Amino acid sequence: MPETAIEFAGVWKRLGHADVLRGVDLSVARGESLVVIGRSGTGKSVLLKHVVGLMRPDRGVVRVNGVDVSSLGERELLSLREEMGMLFQGGALFDSMTIAENVGLALHEHTPLPASQIEIVVHEKLALVGLEGTEGMRPSSLSGGMKKRAALARALVMNPKIMLYDEPTTGLDPITSDVINRLIRRLQERLRITSIAVTHDMRSAYHIADRIAMLHEGRIHALGTPEEIQGTTDPAVRQFIEGSSEGPLLPT
Amino acid sequence: MSETPAETGVATWPQRTILGIFQDAGEVFILLGSVLREIPAGSRKIGLLIQQMAHIGVGSMPLTVIVALFTGAVAAVQASYQFRDYVPMIYLGTVIGKSVVIELGPVLTALVVGGRVGASIAAELGTMRVTEQVDAMETMGISPVRFLVVPRFLAAILMLPALTVFADVVAILGGYLVSTLTLDVTSHTFISGLKLYFKTQDVFSGLIKAFFFGGIIATMGCHYGLRSEGGAEGVGLATTRAVVASCLLILIVDYLLASFLFRVLFA
Repeated sequence: MPETAIEFAGVWKRLGHADVLRGVDLSVARGESLVVIGRSGTGKSVLLKHVVGLMRPDRGVVRVNGVDVSSLGERELLSLREEMGMLFQGGALFDSMTIAENVGLALHEHTPLPASQIEIVVHEKLALVGLEGTEGMRPSSLSGGMKKRAALARALVMNPKIMLYDEPTTGLDPITSDVINRLIRRLQERLRITSIAVTHDMRSAYHIADRIAMLHEGRIHALGTPEEIQGTTDPAVRQFIEGSSEGPLLPT
Repeated sequence: MSETPAETGVATWPQRTILGIFQDAGEVFILLGSVLREIPAGSRKIGLLIQQMAHIGVGSMPLTVIVALFTGAVAAVQASYQFRDYVPMIYLGTVIGKSVVIELGPVLTALVVGGRVGASIAAELGTMRVTEQVDAMETMGISPVRFLVVPRFLAAILMLPALTVFADVVAILGGYLVSTLTLDVTSHTFISGLKLYFKTQDVFSGLIKAFFFGGIIATMGCHYGLRSEGGAEGVGLATTRAVVASCLLILIVDYLLASFLFRVLFA
């Protein structure tokens, strides 16, 4: 049985007046790439934020490497987060810093590396995402796709063991989306990074997933390999993956 | 963000308001506690500290100078009107000097800087919050309190007293210029009055106030900025709240400090 890296056990979360998560049970094996699909507003990003401790469950437990994230104090949480990388939907690059400063920030904060060494690592990570030469630029002068790639370089700079991707291809053109998908897959294959990606881009999901989970009505409605999901007869899953407005999922 | 007791809708409007005030106060004290814990580590970020000192201190200089100059000028005109026929004009310099260093210098500087800097801190951190930059920072294992709040807090408590010294000098200069140029008060009379009853503790009391006002401005800006939600509207609301709360607290704390300083410490 493969070792579990991330586990959700009966996770409930209420936001405003709605229960967004209603008893999510899900586990991700070490080195596995799990994609969570589901309609907008179903709590996919909320799920990710529980892994890094940005949100705490109202009920249930989220474990990372066997440790209950909610039980960690501020300092332990910060040190757990050093092992994780997260790509945010809009990139979340720091506006007041250059791209090199964005990518190198975690190295400056958490390692004793000298500035010259950090510069080399930053250059390597930017080259990995195809952004050589953007070191001195500000996030505001990059396109959406470049911002996402720069954010990916930043998320990877500490060589995380766990990567979380929040809508990695949303808002990108199909070619840039493919670049990001290939990059995510390559990282997973080469470095055996455990990852969770949330998306409603099925092309992306099929490309990067070892397993796909569908979040619907606050629970994991379906779980399987990309082939199993593609071949499912479940009407809600079929409607979602085919992008049809007719079926059990009502337009919001 | 989980639902707060003040937002559940079960409580009535006055209950919600009171709960909201207590909740806000609690959150501010928690933030202050975190700031005090993180000061040893955060103060090593000299680059960030200097950047904030330049923004809060140097950036506020022109506004402070203009406000102080006219405050001194108005104080001279109004005091001379009150003194006419009753009080010798030698006391004009005394009154202007005392009122400026004890009250007008620190309070007006804090209110002006509170508007400018409090709004800018709340807007900047608020935008960082709603665009997930603060979440990104936390995810990278970097404490937003250490990285964002501590440099602003230290810069504000250091620069407010410095700005106040400047404001005191400029306001007295404003009073001097108006008195000597338009009110038939000689330079000798004004300066003699200024020296009369001058106490160093008056200047210190103003600087102590400025130190606390700096802390209030940075804390309110950071508190409301970091808890912004809901996009541009949320950032706007946070900015307004930061400025209103700063101004109210400056006046309330001014009274409390004045009571302590002049009834207890310097009594």
